[in-house]
Amino acid sequence: MSRKISFKDAINEALSQEMERDGSVIVMGLDNAGGRGTEGQLDAWGGVLGVTKGLYGKYGDRVIDTPISESSYIGAAVGAAACGMRPVVEMMFSDFFGVCFDQMMNQAAKFRYMFGGKAVTPVTMRTCYGGGFRAAAQHSQVLYSVFAHIPGLKVVVPSTPYDAKGLLTQCIRDNDPVIFMEHKVLYAMKGEVPEESYTIPFGKANVVREGKDATIVAIGWMVHKALQAAQSLSKAGVECEVIDPRTVSPLDFDTIIKSVEKTGRLVIVDESNPRCSMASDISSVVAQNAFKALKGPIQMVTAPHTPSPFSGALEDLYLPSPAKIEAAVKATM
Amino acid sequence: MAELKKEDLLKAYRTMREIRDFEERVHKEFATGKIPGFVHLYAGEEAVATGVCSHLTDDDRITSTHRGHGHCIAKGVDIIGMMAEIFGKKTGSCCGKGGSMHIADLEKGMLGANGIVGAGGPLGCGAALAAKFKGKGGVAVVFFGDGASNQGTILESMNLANIWNLPVIFLAENNGYAESTGVKYNVPTPNIADRAAGFNMPGVTVDGNDFFAVYEAAGEAIKRAREGGGPTLLECKTNRFYGHFEGDAMTYKAPGEVKRQREECDCLKIFAAKATAAGLVTAAELEAIDKEVAALIDEAVEKALAAPNPTEADLLTDVYVSY
Repeated sequence: MSRKISFKDAINEALSQEMERDGSVIVMGLDNAGGRGTEGQLDAWGGVLGVTKGLYGKYGDRVIDTPISESSYIGAAVGAAACGMRPVVEMMFSDFFGVCFDQMMNQAAKFRYMFGGKAVTPVTMRTCYGGGFRAAAQHSQVLYSVFAHIPGLKVVVPSTPYDAKGLLTQCIRDNDPVIFMEHKVLYAMKGEVPEESYTIPFGKANVVREGKDATIVAIGWMVHKALQAAQSLSKAGVECEVIDPRTVSPLDFDTIIKSVEKTGRLVIVDESNPRCSMASDISSVVAQNAFKALKGPIQMVTAPHTPSPFSGALEDLYLPSPAKIEAAVKATM
Repeated sequence: MAELKKEDLLKAYRTMREIRDFEERVHKEFATGKIPGFVHLYAGEEAVATGVCSHLTDDDRITSTHRGHGHCIAKGVDIIGMMAEIFGKKTGSCCGKGGSMHIADLEKGMLGANGIVGAGGPLGCGAALAAKFKGKGGVAVVFFGDGASNQGTILESMNLANIWNLPVIFLAENNGYAESTGVKYNVPTPNIADRAAGFNMPGVTVDGNDFFAVYEAAGEAIKRAREGGGPTLLECKTNRFYGHFEGDAMTYKAPGEVKRQREECDCLKIFAAKATAAGLVTAAELEAIDKEVAALIDEAVEKALAAPNPTEADLLTDVYVSY
């Protein structure tokens, strides 16, 4: 396994392989081909960030460009999924889910329960999220905690190209509605990715680094910041175990609790706002289930309870950093 | 009327009678306090669901509204299961987990009554998109009310359906009231169907109390959609005999309004008069159906009352296929 490709190309490869494998897989979103209705080049964009580039050439009308009309096209993906298709629908920035939340929250998420277990809605909603691009308050949010709150939705947050391909393949084959969150900072990251198709199961955390002194649970881009912090702490003789949950709904509480029972210390690194976040959720579950194992207070490293700022000077302060994570680990000691 | 055979007419009458008796009985049972939750009755509007769904097969899909019982019955959902669902019983269409506002039967192409006004528009477009990929002439019908005609989801869906040339019919059931607010206040054009022009699709308004008018207009729209001719906005002007929800005192309606509508605009009476006058069916044949339907509704209520409640084990199931 020596081939290295980017996070973005890993996503594209998963989409392409699943479209090849299964004719019911369709791809929908703004400019997913691009250039339709113009006199210029067709397949011009591949989505605003180029993730679906080239799929139109291979799969033609199964790549569907949508108007800027989120409620209708996200809902159409949900409806098509309930009628036998496997749509992978792209929401350009996860902030825009605010426009069409009903179709996710009241429709896709509820069909199976509301209809007494008879509905199957295999829709994948891909979206890019997160800070670091100076994209300000409406293009930077980290909303997986909001989605994870809703029964009926699964929420997947990959941190590496390998995980992105395997988890997205699982999303497409999965029979429940799934939100697949792509951190915009990670698109360019390269990593080893097998050429053949593979899946990674949901609800199985990845222990990225083993350690005996403290457990750091980190999500998405934060996994890499946690690893930086762990490396630095290692020089001071503190060995951190870094856990990447990979999916926040379902969430692998067992792996987290087992690690805390070993280390006695827990830091959660979550780029979202702190209230009702994955950080506070994990913190509460560990406090309820492994209280006696804790040797110090649980620490959360999150964004503050403010919208994302624009200025780089402010955004750098807003985002969790390796230094903040190191300080949090020390605070558990 | 000419193209309808006797058996088609009797079937249509039976469907309308089933809807009417179902709703009248739910109204009665609700008053006893045995039916939980919110209930919105379709009585008065039967010709619309029946006239449209007479053209559909189980492979065609419909999306519905909070006032969905009539759409369910017209699309062939089992009445015994529906009644049990409305009573919240385990034997209900949705195991008692959905209730009046969420009755669905995907095998019958009924994608669910819907508690969110206008939510069926995008879902119907998705159903039509799936039908287009399947390539077997399937269509989707989006039922929505005059209130929902102002939802962005409906307007966006009309745009989407037209740019993608989807086999979908937008079926506006204009009963004159969005809850307690009159359509004249909420809609600036004389007809909801006038909005079709803005999306470059046919827009047609018919008397929704006349089964034959609905049947004919829906038939044309559905045929066009099946043949790849794209969407239609069909508006059926009708009346609801009960309130927005059960318990609504209807103080916003003029004194005697419903009484007059029941006397002059009752779609069942209009159907019977036209069909018998044309010599296509006899009054005795319709009366025989009335009796059979009355017995069916009695049976549905008896079974619903006797059915078990869902149990604690049912609370946690059916959230995901796997988790």
